[in-house]
Amino acid sequence: MTEPTLLRRPGEAAKPVFGPAVIVAEDLTARFGTNTLFRNVSFEVKRGEVFVILGGSGCGKSSLLKLMIGLVPPAEGRVSILGTDVWSTEGAARLDLLKRIGVMWQQGALFGSQTLLENVMMPLAEHTTLPAAAREEVARAKLGLVGLSEAAARLPSEVSGGMLKRAGIARALALDPAILFLDEPSAGLDPITSAGLDELIRDLSRSLGTTFVVVTHELASILAIGDRCIMLDREAKGMIAEGDPRDLRDHSTHPTVRAFFRREAA
Amino acid sequence: MAKQAQASTGLEVSGGAALLSGRVDTEAAARLWDPLMAEARKAQGLVLDLSKVEAVDTTGATLVLSAEAAGARIEGASPPVVAVLDRVRAALAAPRPKPATYRFSPVSGIGRRVVNAGHNLLDALGFVGELLVVLLGTVIRPHRLRFRELLRHLDEAGTRAFGLAVLLGSLLGVILAFQSAIPLRRFGAEIFVPNLVGISLLRELGPLMAGVVLAGRTGSAYAAELGTMTVNEEVAALRIMGIDPMALLVLPRVLAGMLVMPVLSLLLTLAGLIGMALIMGMLGFPLTTVTQQLGSTVTVGDMLGGLFKSLFFGLAIAGIGCRAGLGAGRGPRAVGDAATSAVVGGIVAIVLLDGGFAVLYERLGL
Repeated sequence: MTEPTLLRRPGEAAKPVFGPAVIVAEDLTARFGTNTLFRNVSFEVKRGEVFVILGGSGCGKSSLLKLMIGLVPPAEGRVSILGTDVWSTEGAARLDLLKRIGVMWQQGALFGSQTLLENVMMPLAEHTTLPAAAREEVARAKLGLVGLSEAAARLPSEVSGGMLKRAGIARALALDPAILFLDEPSAGLDPITSAGLDELIRDLSRSLGTTFVVVTHELASILAIGDRCIMLDREAKGMIAEGDPRDLRDHSTHPTVRAFFRREAA
Repeated sequence: MAKQAQASTGLEVSGGAALLSGRVDTEAAARLWDPLMAEARKAQGLVLDLSKVEAVDTTGATLVLSAEAAGARIEGASPPVVAVLDRVRAALAAPRPKPATYRFSPVSGIGRRVVNAGHNLLDALGFVGELLVVLLGTVIRPHRLRFRELLRHLDEAGTRAFGLAVLLGSLLGVILAFQSAIPLRRFGAEIFVPNLVGISLLRELGPLMAGVVLAGRTGSAYAAELGTMTVNEEVAALRIMGIDPMALLVLPRVLAGMLVMPVLSLLLTLAGLIGMALIMGMLGFPLTTVTQQLGSTVTVGDMLGGLFKSLFFGLAIAGIGCRAGLGAGRGPRAVGDAATSAVVGGIVAIVLLDGGFAVLYERLGL
């Protein structure tokens, strides 16, 4: 398996062409008790793209993310990441898969008793044979990539919400994963911090070729970073749209999609 | 000298040049870190040829840049590799964070602890004052008490702890009976085991062990619950809405603690006496003998004295648990710290109170 590389057609700098599918979701259904959250959701995520899962509150965006990364089992359907079925893989193969994905949790989920630098060093210490000094240098580089070099020695309780999210991305980047999953990266942030985070996601995608799967309902973020998106809907209990977010905004005829992109009450 | 790290990603060193080839990812960087850094330090001005590098991730880039910082000169990198190197170079350009410095200063440390202890004492007195005001206020205006909440806490702190109290009590009775029978047998005085166990359980061990159960089970739960509410700013929201957290949160818990303690204490004591009677039966003493012995020594006053002080044990344990929760700090350890201080504080408090009651009963001739 080769690492993700961003492919571009000659003369098409602004419109990248992405590699083969790295995530394949087939007929996914999520059910909690008797309540079906969504059913028959199928999509593919291509190597190197920023793929956005969007939709209103309660439509199952975060549940879909948990289902994709193997935290919650699907009621029906299957997901494969980098050619490996998430729910039938166990042991060393599963660990190998987990090392190739990174997750940024909604609240950062950093370990409160460790500094930001130590948080980023933890996966390096667990999963690599890098010498101790090298681990620190690599962790410093990851924090530098998200603009947190100055805060490396601080505890999570000593930094702002935006910094926590950035540190969460740095920790998710620790093992240079092929795919990064971000759960609501912009939620609760001011517009400037949020725009900075969007820029960072775009930069990392373009320069490192990392594939991003982003769960969000922040319209500005969706349009700023998304190469492609799917939209979930609570009423329809499933996927109601798929495509380039800007195309959906301008051309979709689905009333819920139009209302979402035009910020209208449904 | 030539080295080959691996077929796919390799490091070949000859003379003053090192050729890095293949994909320099995290795994390759871990393998090549020490040999490359050693070469870079050994041969100042080492030429690091990256022309055969297919791709580099940020960890691989950190390795290359660390070699550069150690004196190597980078050459031949392709534009995609240069792009990643530039990004990581910019990331590493910021100054290193200063490590936290710890200064050992015992005098100021002791002083700080004393001042903190003083503040804590004042806070505790303030809390007790507030609690008394709310308790008295509730006597005057009983509708302030939320009975549904009180019933919930009575259930959680009381009925759900009955099983544990019975189990602990019976085991305690069995152990006490066994342990005291061994030395008393030497003097042919096994008949006095019920006297010893009965007095111990009714006056001291029953209330104390019930207090330990309440502190471990309920005091810590109160601290964790109220601590989580404090950390989530729910308590602040109550205050801003003009709702007194003492009346809404603390009062039902403290009343529940006070009311369940005598019941738990009685239950534990009775279970202990039954356990003791079982052992006495095994030693050949019939139940009537055991009850006669108990009746000759143990009085209703002993039982009432134990139950009376257990009321105060319940008040102290629940109050300390609530105060620990409401005083929880920030951060992920705050709730755990609150629960720990509730259990430790609760157990210390009941032992101190027990000592105080022992002196009081002795003075009163009880």
